[in-house]
Amino acid sequence: MNHLTDLPPWAAILVCGLLLLGAAMTLIGSLGLLRLPSFYDRLHAPTIATSGGTILICLASMLCFAVLQSRWIFHELLIIFFVTVTTPVTLMLLGQAALYRDRVKERSDVPRKPKPAAEPGSE
Amino acid sequence: MRAWYPYPLFSIALFLMWLLLNQSVAPGSIVLSLFLSTLLGWVMVKLQPSQSRLRRLGLMAGFALAVAADIIRSNVAVARIILRPRGKPANTGFMTVDVDLENENALALLACILTATPGTAWLEYDRRQKSLLLHVLDIDNEDLWRRTVKRYEAGLKEILE
Amino acid sequence: MTALAIVWSILLAQVMLALAMAFALYRIIKGPRAQDRILGLDTLYINAMLMLLAFGIRTANTIYFETALIIALIGFASSIAFAKFLMRGEVIE
Repeated sequence: MNHLTDLPPWAAILVCGLLLLGAAMTLIGSLGLLRLPSFYDRLHAPTIATSGGTILICLASMLCFAVLQSRWIFHELLIIFFVTVTTPVTLMLLGQAALYRDRVKERSDVPRKPKPAAEPGSE
Repeated sequence: MRAWYPYPLFSIALFLMWLLLNQSVAPGSIVLSLFLSTLLGWVMVKLQPSQSRLRRLGLMAGFALAVAADIIRSNVAVARIILRPRGKPANTGFMTVDVDLENENALALLACILTATPGTAWLEYDRRQKSLLLHVLDIDNEDLWRRTVKRYEAGLKEILE
Repeated sequence: MTALAIVWSILLAQVMLALAMAFALYRIIKGPRAQDRILGLDTLYINAMLMLLAFGIRTANTIYFETALIIALIGFASSIAFAKFLMRGEVIE
């Protein structure tokens, strides 16, 4: 707690608030992963952790180190950029893979391929 | 200039990212990042991504703000659904929306926006039928989601096509 | 006083992130299908990255941020590879 004592009170409150809110959002997202019943429902849960949690926690650390002026604050910007760009791509591919597997297994609770049906194997 | 940098925006983004990763503006890293951004710009010519011009920066800013507001609202809504007591499960389901976008970049952007919004997940786009298969966490508001997708589609068309 | 509040709130945030990691781990172990496990792994990566950021705020050590960046990149690549594998049974087409 050497460097944290140098924070002025307003910055300290803001940093704490952002950090706690971000951690709470992440926790809610992971709780969704635990509680929601089907895979397609669970697909929505991690986006809360990324869009809410990551941005808030990165903002907290940017604010903390900008006020302390101990180093450049740009790494967090890069982290926000990477996470917001890459997570949708991952989830989209996972959703497609799950849909493909469910169709191969001919489960009844997923929508069929729209007609006219494409020949199997080509997309 | 165009011959040296066939994709100027891409090259600028690479240049800035290299400097950010190195956390320095020393002459050495500037020279290296200039070299890399030029070289990788030429590599992109080989890959031939579909090009589209960015028009109307003001419109883009407005669109980004609208998307950010939607994502925040949907974050709260999904958090509420997750924290619901066990007795009342969420009413989830699949839905199809007709989306008429030809531009590859606009489609990719639409996919990223819809998946980044917690309430909706992009599953499949059929190019021949021009229909999009979504999974939404709150199927009771199907009309609302349909209107949202339509709004995004109109915005992307204005910006990119 | 302020310092004490900051230390406690960082600790609380870390406890919440650890709990989130435990939930993701439960989903990896429990399944029930392969795509659930990969989704859990992806969430675990992001939660671990956020945990490192919290450590970085606590200790003001830059090395944590470098690590977080690397975890974000590697997690993305591995999740994509897993998803591709599920879809086709091979990673490179």
